[in-house]
Amino acid sequence: MRRVVAKPVAAAIVVFARAITAVRAIWPNDGIPQGQCVYFANHSSHGDFILVWAVLPPSLRRKTRPVAGAEYWLKSSINRFIGCNVFDAVLIERDRDKRTRDPIEVMAEVVDSGASLILFPEGTRNQTDAPLLPFKSGLFHLASTRPNIQLVPVWINNLNRVMPKGEIVPIPFICTVTFGNAIRIDAGENKETFLDRARTALLDLSPKHLGGKE
Amino acid sequence: MNAANADLWTLVLGIFTLLIVSSTIGYLLHRRLPAGQSNAAIENLNARIKAWWIMAILIGLAFLAGRIGVLLLFGFCSFAALREFITLTDTKRADHWALAAAFFVVLPLQYWLLWERQYGIFSIFIPVYAFLLMPIISVLRGDTERFLIRIAEVQWALMICVFCASHVPALLTLTIPGYEGRNVLLIAFLVIIVQLSDVLQYVWGKLFGRTKIAPSLSPSKTVEGFVGGVLSATLIGAALWWITPFTPLQAGVMAFVITMMGFFGGLVMSAIKRDRGVKDWGHLIEGHGGLIDRLDSVVFSAPIFFHIVRYWWSTT
Repeated sequence: MRRVVAKPVAAAIVVFARAITAVRAIWPNDGIPQGQCVYFANHSSHGDFILVWAVLPPSLRRKTRPVAGAEYWLKSSINRFIGCNVFDAVLIERDRDKRTRDPIEVMAEVVDSGASLILFPEGTRNQTDAPLLPFKSGLFHLASTRPNIQLVPVWINNLNRVMPKGEIVPIPFICTVTFGNAIRIDAGENKETFLDRARTALLDLSPKHLGGKE
Repeated sequence: MNAANADLWTLVLGIFTLLIVSSTIGYLLHRRLPAGQSNAAIENLNARIKAWWIMAILIGLAFLAGRIGVLLLFGFCSFAALREFITLTDTKRADHWALAAAFFVVLPLQYWLLWERQYGIFSIFIPVYAFLLMPIISVLRGDTERFLIRIAEVQWALMICVFCASHVPALLTLTIPGYEGRNVLLIAFLVIIVQLSDVLQYVWGKLFGRTKIAPSLSPSKTVEGFVGGVLSATLIGAALWWITPFTPLQAGVMAFVITMMGFFGGLVMSAIKRDRGVKDWGHLIEGHGGLIDRLDSVVFSAPIFFHIVRYWWSTT
């Protein structure tokens, strides 16, 4: 039953997101990154992965799974349905003390199965004025255990204006999702250097300035 | 009604012939290029022709569906235009409810008033009620930073994208003796003149353009393009008198007013784009940028055209 409903619900959510945001992908000059990737994006809204998912070509979208916090997506049965059934999220436990499995292990397993991931390296939604929070170390550890995987920076613009935290009515703003060229971890690259490089690659995609000076 | 249908069909036939001719020219120009080469101007032209096809077909379908079709089409245009406009403003989180009201209350109400033919309230709803109530909604959040700029931006967006744009379908509500059942042709006249004037200014400018008319606003616009475009669009307007309630001379004057408003409206909207640091309003229509890029001249001429016709021709 859940499976049957999940597909149309996914389609409806994508149609709704497109109707409100007219979301458009901006690809790098080299074209759409092909093959298995870890997309790492800025995070300001629960809808972030939906936009990334919506603009990916269907062939890539089918094998792309968002990485999300288990606390939120298991909170209620509707969250669970949307997270697990509709978007097939890879749920990770963020609380160090209570968790039963290491998130890196979980993600690496999914990568080994051939799926692509959508990852938010800031670890939480950015509610500050800064464009990007410092990265958590997850991206580095994942890249170290699977050094061959392409890491694609993805900048999601304007979705935070569509539905700021605490609001219930979405405002139609045009959103863009900008993909950068893939990066890879270098052999022996240390954590600080790598995270700094990844963060810069992502920040480079942010619009220089256009409206929404929040 | 029969004469109206005949005129409409003649017009449709004319427009499709024109589109087929343009598509053929576009195709031949493209073929003349050496294999593997591309030319930005020709590609842009072909993208524009494709967009005109879509525009003509959409408007044609709306006409077929009648008043509800026209209202829905322009209601959708207002929505997409308002979204493009608001995206480029500096609104803050404190404007959230005001913006929600603009999109989901003011916009549908304005078109619903047209459907109900409530001209009195239709013509003051946004300039009076929205003008006073929207800042009240914003001020309740208590955020005063850039307050005047924020409320002015939202009001401007509503005036341009909803109020002015809704004057195109408002032409359907006029009652002109001897012109009953043919009001859609007024919309066709307005849209055709504005679009042709844009194209003709572009063509005249490409052929004879020497002197820039507004270098800081719109570097591609020239005096030669402007004069040639306005004159030829005015002549075409006069030649289209048979689809309007006007005499040929009156139709020419109307076309002249429409093209002038359209031209200066285009300059105003260019100035806003420059101020915001963008080249196009959006990416909705391939080759045309955003919807506002195509709608700017219509938006500026529609209310003036509407009021001239209403004052001198309509009994309502």
